[in-house]
Parts: sequence; structure tokens; C-alpha cells
Amino acid sequence: MTSTTSATPLLRKPVAWRRVALHAGCLAALLVMLYPLAWLLATSVKPADEVIASLDLLPSRLQWSNYETALDGVNDVSVGRLLGNSLLIAGGAVVGNVLSCSLAAYAFARLRFRFRGPLFAFMIATIMLPHHAVLIPQYIIFNQLGMVNTYWPLILPKFLATEAFFVFLIVQFMRGLPRELEEAARIDGCGPFRSFLSVILPLTRPALITTAIFTFIWTWNDFFTQLIYLFSPEKFTLTLALRSFVDASSTSAFGPMFAMSVIALLPIVLFFLAFQRFLVEGMANSGIKG
Amino acid sequence: MTTTQLPTTVRKKGVRPPDRPGRPRRREGAAWVFLSPWVLGACVLTLLPMAVSLYLSFTDYDLFSAPNWVGLRNYTQMFTEDPRYWRSVATTLMYVVIAVPLQLALALLVALALRNMKRGRGFYRSAFYAPSLLGASMSIALVWRAIFNDGGTVDNLLGTGGWVNRPGWALFAVALLTVWQFGAPMVIFLAGLQQIPGELYEAAEVDGASVWRRFLSITVPMLSPVIFFNLVLQTIQAFQVFTPAFAISAGKGGPADSTLFYTLYLYDRGFVASHMGYASAMAWVLLFAIGAVTAILFRTSRSWVFYASEGDR
Repeated sequence: MTSTTSATPLLRKPVAWRRVALHAGCLAALLVMLYPLAWLLATSVKPADEVIASLDLLPSRLQWSNYETALDGVNDVSVGRLLGNSLLIAGGAVVGNVLSCSLAAYAFARLRFRFRGPLFAFMIATIMLPHHAVLIPQYIIFNQLGMVNTYWPLILPKFLATEAFFVFLIVQFMRGLPRELEEAARIDGCGPFRSFLSVILPLTRPALITTAIFTFIWTWNDFFTQLIYLFSPEKFTLTLALRSFVDASSTSAFGPMFAMSVIALLPIVLFFLAFQRFLVEGMANSGIKG
Repeated sequence: MTTTQLPTTVRKKGVRPPDRPGRPRRREGAAWVFLSPWVLGACVLTLLPMAVSLYLSFTDYDLFSAPNWVGLRNYTQMFTEDPRYWRSVATTLMYVVIAVPLQLALALLVALALRNMKRGRGFYRSAFYAPSLLGASMSIALVWRAIFNDGGTVDNLLGTGGWVNRPGWALFAVALLTVWQFGAPMVIFLAGLQQIPGELYEAAEVDGASVWRRFLSITVPMLSPVIFFNLVLQTIQAFQVFTPAFAISAGKGGPADSTLFYTLYLYDRGFVASHMGYASAMAWVLLFAIGAVTAILFRTSRSWVFYASEGDR
């Protein structure tokens, strides 16, 4: 699964100018695409009077106080607290998804049991299930359990392997591992639990890392679920706190709002820079090699 | 699926069939232990909620008093008396029809450009992929609102005025945000393109096929399973777009309901107006619509999706 097939061999040596044109085109496209990010960074340090009035991308002077205002947070809740809340939810989701999805994947990929076929088909079908079809009863259940306005509805489902996409991803990976490994382990006296822990799981690490990174980023970005389940400002995540700016569109709040947006994006950017290899490979391998 | 049923004669009670080399081992008990979190989740958080939401869709329910059975009234009201509902359907369909093909076309174009690139491919691949992760965030949705607002960059550049406050245009701002995130399907296209054997192109070139001809007769058919995969995936996702619409319209779907996406209206009915029954009915129609569209895509795929290695799939 990790093996990348080499690129299609070049047929004709491309003429030098064609290669230059290709790079020029790609760079131009990249510049256009990066513009919103540059705009975000620039606006986060712009003085209030330049946000709308000035057409320049770069501010005339750097207004760092936007960040000071942003650090104070929203609704008397500091950014530190919001960041902590976001990290708690994303961290819980990562642990839950990696644990529960790898357990289920091991059963589907390596063990035989009755109804495996239909259950596997059902699992795949839930990938396509729109979240909204189960959303309202889930809300009612969590409401009955007194869990609304806590982090449980955001974390608990991840411990129950509800994100079938990741189960599928790990299944695909585990299927690629050679059978002989487990047979050797069995001869050495390993039961299924032992060979899962000591043989299969360590070898599945690339898929688990992909699962962890995607879970983190998706949970961090998730807005809908947080919007529904959390309503005390001190429980807000960074994403949800940004929502408070959605209604306030006065330009005086623009600088701090985008300073906070930068803070909220920072973990994703750092994750991306650190793990982009895994992310891109993980995406490329997410199921197309059926 | 590679499940091979053992002959029934061997499956006598208490007798474990001998493990055959190269086959998964039969370990009923252990398997169910591994599966237990998933089974619990599937029952309590998927199957039960689906049944409950189907039931609720035939009731009046405000979360506080007991559900009140109203039969098909939610559905008839939705289809015959609620212009905002149809507005949300039209908005969502238009958005799907605009955003998905544009996004996939761009993804394929860039993947083709990067395919034969020797130097810099890894860099471009990552750089073009980055917006797919960032773009789902509230931060970028807010940036989008500002850039496409009155006096924002797009207004200054094109002189069209802000897009997000003009009813006919706001939808395009959301669509462009989706197109901007073409990196994820691009990466998948790129992986698919690398599976196409180079000899095919060599042979076609010897036969004098033009670039366009090679694209149509080799690339498209050989890539069709991947095109299909991306098409299904992106379409399903597009039907459920929420965050940018919420940010751009401050959660209200404006201006003049032009960004009242289906999910935004569902949220509005269920969690703002407390009509959980109505929202459940909307959710079931969405489920059916996505199911129907996926089924249609699968059905048409028989005529254009080509599996080269049917045998080892």
C-alpha cells in the first residue's frame, strides 16, 4: 500500500520551453490559490482603518494589538482556554478513532466470523450515510443522558468506530500484510489478541498515523457538531468562538477576528507541514486500490 | 469480498474446521470481541437513530413535550406549502451541479500537468493539497466572506460589487470555495494516473495518435474508475455543505435565501425553530436523494467506467 508506483515513463523528452511553461503555469495557479491565506495573514496585522479602505495587501504598519485583543478571547474566555478545549476534543477523538477503528478493522481484515460479508457491506454503506439522518436522534439520546453541553457527544462516538471511513482505510492496509506473519505468531503460541497487539498493530502504523492526523484535522475543523452540542462560552472551541464574530461584521472587529482565525488555523498548518507526506499518501490510498 | 464459505459438513457444532494456510482463521469469539465497539456504535448511534428519525419524521416534536403523530403532514407541508424548502433544494442542486464538475475538472487538469513533471512534483502536490484541509475551517470561510464582500478583493478586482450580498451571486462564492479545495481529488487522480501502463501511450504514439486522442482513448477510460470514485465522493460531500454557507450568511442563508443550503435549512428548522419532526423528515428526504443520486451514478457508470483488471479486483 505504501509502495508508490513509479511515474509513467516519459515518452518524448519535453522541450525545455514546455517544461518552463508548465512550471510557470503551476506557480501562477499556486499564487492565486495562496492569495486568501496571504490576505488572512496580512489582515490579521492591519490597523482597523486599513482593513477596508486600503487596497494594498500589505499593511502600512503592523498592528500587533489585534493579536493581543484576540488572545483575550471571546465572551470573557481566553484563547488559552479555547485552545485547550479544542485540543481536548481533538485529542480524545484521535485516541478514540485509532483504538476503535483498528479493533474493528482487524476483525474485518484478518478474522473470520459469521455474517462478515453483510456486516462489512453495511459498514461500507455507512460511509455514504449523511450525518443528518442520525443527527437528531443522536442529539435526543445525548440530551436524555444529560450530555448536551459536555464534550461526550463529540468524543464518545469516536470510541465506537462510527467513522467507517477510517475502519475501511485500516482494513485496506491490513489486507496487504502477509498472512505468514500471523501463522508464525500462532506457532509461537500467540492468540488473536496477542498477534493483533504484537504483530499486526505495529505493522499498521502508517494507516494508524493517517487515521490520527485526519481525525485531528477534521475534528478541529468540525463546526456543525460543536455548534449543536456546546452552548456555554467557557466550553467553546476555537472554531465555535470564531462564530461569535460571524454576526458581528463591524470593521473594527476585523483585525482581531482574523488574528483569531490565524490562531485557529495554526495547528492545522503545523500538522500539515509536519505530516504532509502521510496526509497526501493517505489521501491517495484511501480506497482507490480496491 | 474474498469470504469463502466452508462446506457445511465440516461446520459441525463444537468442531472447529482445520485452519487452512493462506486463509483467514475462524475465530468467532475473538472476532466479536474486536468488533464489539463497532457493533455497539452501529446499533446505538446508527441503526437506532435511523429508526427513531424515521419515526420522528411522522411527528410533531419540539424536544420538550412528547412527539405527536401527524402522519405525512411534515412531508406534505414540505413539498406543497414551504417555498423556503424548495428554495433550499434548488440552491443545493445548483451548487452541486456547478461546484463538483468544476472541482473535478480542475483536479484532473492539474493532476495531468503534474504527472510527467520530474522536479517539483512533490512540492506542487502538497501545496495544491493544502487548501483541502484548510478550506473546511471556519477561519477560511470568514476570509471568503470578507474577500467576496462589498469592498473586498473581488469587488476591487472585477468591479462586480460584493458577491456575498447579492442574491444571484452568493452561491458562486460558496462554489468557488469548494473548487478551491480541488487538492484532495487531484491527489487521488495523480495516484490513478500512475497506475496506467506507459506502454499504452507508447503504442498510441507509434500509431500517430494526437495528445487529445490519447487523452480520450487511453487516459479517460483507464482513469474512469478513479473519476467515478471522486465523482461519487465529492457529490455526496457537496450535498452536505454547511460551514461556508453558515459563515457567509451569518447562519441565516441570506441574502434573500440564496445561500439557504439544504443542511442550513435543516439546522434552522430543527435546532433554531425546534421543529425536530420537520427536520427529521428533511433528513430522510436528503438520505433518499443522496441514495438515489448515488444509485443513478452507479447505474450510468456501467456504460462508462472501465475496469481493466476485473479479475484481480
